Amino acid sequence: MTSSSTQSSAEVELLSFRLAEEEYSVDIMSVREIRGWTRATPLPHAPPYVRGVINLRGTVLPVVDLSVRLGMAPVEGDARNVIIVVQVGNQTAGLLVDAVSDILALPNSELQAPPELTADSAHSYIAALTIVEGRMIRVLDLNAVLPDEVAEAV
Amino acid sequence: MATDPMAEIRASFFVECEELLESLQDALSEMDEGQHDDETINVVFRAVHSIKGGAGAFGLEALVGFAHRYETVLDELRAGRLAITPEAMKLFFHAADLLQDQVRAARDGGAPPADAETCLQELEALIGGVAPAPEAEEVSDFQPMGLALDFGDLTIEPPAPNQWRVRFTPHDALYASGNEPLHLLRALGELGDCALRCDFERLGTLDGFDPEKALLSWEATITGELTEGEIREVFDFVEDVCDIDILSNEPSQEDGFSDMALPPLDTGFTPSEEITDPLHAAESPAQAVPPEPADSGAEVAAPREVAKEPGATVRVDLDRIDRLVNLVGELVINQAMLAQSVAEAGLAPNSSVMTGLEAFMMLTRDIQDSVMMIRAQPVKPLFQRMARIVREASAAVGKEVRLRTEGEATEVDKTVIERLADPLTHMIRNAVDHGLETPSERRAAGKPEEGVITLTAQHRSGRVIIEIFDDGAGINRPKVREIACRKGLIAEDAVLSDSDIDNLLFLPGFSTASQVSALSGRGVGMDVVRSAIQALGGRISIASEPGKGTRFSISLPLTLAVLDGMVVNVADETLVVPLSSILETATLTAEDIRSLGPETHVVHVRGVFVPLYDLGAELGYRSPKKNYEGDIVLLTAHENGARSALIVDTILEQRQVVIKGLQRSYGHIPGVAAATILGDGQIALILDPADLVQNASGHTRANQLSLAG
Repeated sequence: MTSSSTQSSAEVELLSFRLAEEEYSVDIMSVREIRGWTRATPLPHAPPYVRGVINLRGTVLPVVDLSVRLGMAPVEGDARNVIIVVQVGNQTAGLLVDAVSDILALPNSELQAPPELTADSAHSYIAALTIVEGRMIRVLDLNAVLPDEVAEAV
Repeated sequence: MATDPMAEIRASFFVECEELLESLQDALSEMDEGQHDDETINVVFRAVHSIKGGAGAFGLEALVGFAHRYETVLDELRAGRLAITPEAMKLFFHAADLLQDQVRAARDGGAPPADAETCLQELEALIGGVAPAPEAEEVSDFQPMGLALDFGDLTIEPPAPNQWRVRFTPHDALYASGNEPLHLLRALGELGDCALRCDFERLGTLDGFDPEKALLSWEATITGELTEGEIREVFDFVEDVCDIDILSNEPSQEDGFSDMALPPLDTGFTPSEEITDPLHAAESPAQAVPPEPADSGAEVAAPREVAKEPGATVRVDLDRIDRLVNLVGELVINQAMLAQSVAEAGLAPNSSVMTGLEAFMMLTRDIQDSVMMIRAQPVKPLFQRMARIVREASAAVGKEVRLRTEGEATEVDKTVIERLADPLTHMIRNAVDHGLETPSERRAAGKPEEGVITLTAQHRSGRVIIEIFDDGAGINRPKVREIACRKGLIAEDAVLSDSDIDNLLFLPGFSTASQVSALSGRGVGMDVVRSAIQALGGRISIASEPGKGTRFSISLPLTLAVLDGMVVNVADETLVVPLSSILETATLTAEDIRSLGPETHVVHVRGVFVPLYDLGAELGYRSPKKNYEGDIVLLTAHENGARSALIVDTILEQRQVVIKGLQRSYGHIPGVAAATILGDGQIALILDPADLVQNASGHTRANQLSLAG
């Protein structure tokens, strides 16, 4: 997504979702589907943000608790939560979020690079920032969010 | 001709080539081991010959050229004019390797191997020059090697005569297999000045005439500078379905032949008008009136190719098999779901639904076994590839190395074989490059100069064990340790056991060769091998004895698709333990459990102390319990003979589960082999007990330290 910011004329569509009262978004082109919450089978020795694996029509899908990944309290995991299935390269993973809110279409030029603030780790997962109707929306860098093993296994 | 069917035929030709190359390698290995009988040599010759023949049909000239020259040399060998020396064997092997390259180059359109010419010249030097004109037999210094093929009268191979008489009598089978005498005769005509006569003697009258019978034969008189071999070559593909009689020099005196003397025919059938142009004449009667095999008692001088039993096999696209395997996998999951629903419905165990379901389960299992067998293949082709690696690697570093293989017939899933090739290649190269000493070092150590690498495959406790053993110097542990220190992989003062040091080889970025050789040590180390093996659900271990050698053992699952598992419950999580690794299950009594250290226990089972592991704690689901009395343990055995006892909460059932890899979606998890989907749609992890134990802390008592994981 950082590279797309140079093509200022192009439009980008974002899927926005809520996570602990904050708004985040991902490029809609990387979203495969949105699923309701199902219990994930925990993986031993996995980092805390890896919630486990779920059965996605016969394949094993790792689920990342985005809240923990971004340094917040874990999502409780009940009927209201959803799993956004995203694909980056050859890898598919689920992102556990509070709720999906909207689909936004905006020109690339409205995306700004996040300022360098080293105080919290979450900023390294954010590719860009934008303001829509007075709300700040963070655009996630999916490559950074997904578990490292996934990136290595490509 | 349409491109499609041609491409198909081409593809099947190359598949055949692979098989021929395999038998070529086999026969060469047998020869190398001292089996010099005719049949073995003939197998070698036939393989090369058949490849040449097929390649000729597809106009693959580079391949034909190479195969032809190789064959020429082999022919000398077959005729016993060439002794089998170690040097010659080496060249034969090399040429076989190059032939394989040529085949691949022809198939993939790549460049043929560069050193083909050099090798051919070396080969031809063996027989003293190119294209050996059939010289007068120097019977004096020629020691026959007990050839069974009787050339009978050796005078039939005299110095190139200028006139040949060829009598060609097709059998029924020649026509039945779609061969056309016209083409053969035309090819004969291209060899030189050729006069052709057709023998109608057996034709008989049209009354009771059987159109399926082969009744004609031909006699050709060819004048020109050519050898018997060249003539015989024309009949290469039909020599087992016709009689060929080749005589030289004398003009025909046979009276069975007659130019025009046709037997009386009742009908208007008169081939005579065409008979002055024998080639055309040959065509029409050949089709209309195939001649009966003339009983020309003369036997073909060359040994008749032993008709190969056509193996009843079908070539199937691998994708189709994979689809079938996947479908069967889904079937197993579905059947499990059905079983669960039926069980929940609370039907009587002897109700027709239950019995029907049981029959269904048995059927599913049979189908699954059969499907898996389709995918299973012997490791032999893989081992043969390794033989080549050994030859090339040993030549590159100037060491004498022999590869011994055992258990080549062991069958493993095709995917496993394919994905094993790279790691195995790497390990074999390592064994040649690092494992074995140089000839002078070996001499100094009192060993034979020739190093031996043994490659074995066998089935053991539901897995396949592949071992690579070299009789080299063993792992230089002080050196390994020093390198590991220098590279910062271990602390200077680390206390390491011998096996700990051996296992340092598997650390990323480790390479013991002090000089980076062309062969190995390009930064890709044993860590890559290990992760490749792990990706297959396998394990690799190392054992070394100074001065004796190093042994790598790879343990692999038989199949990547299904396994028999025991479904257990641990801390509310469902897990599957491979049935093949479970020896027995037991309920612990107070007398069984003994504490070993402050945080560990052993279990006393059948007179043996077995370490106790709490699965819930090892997998990070819970803290170790205070008391294990009354708990259920699974007693597991590992390939290395070690045993361990694993605490579980409950045992749910035994069932077949479909393996779903975790590697691709997540990566390797210590102690976990894969995942599966249960009847309720939930994912359960499949344990790898041996890996689990290897990575286990063994904490079976709560303590103040945080738990691993």
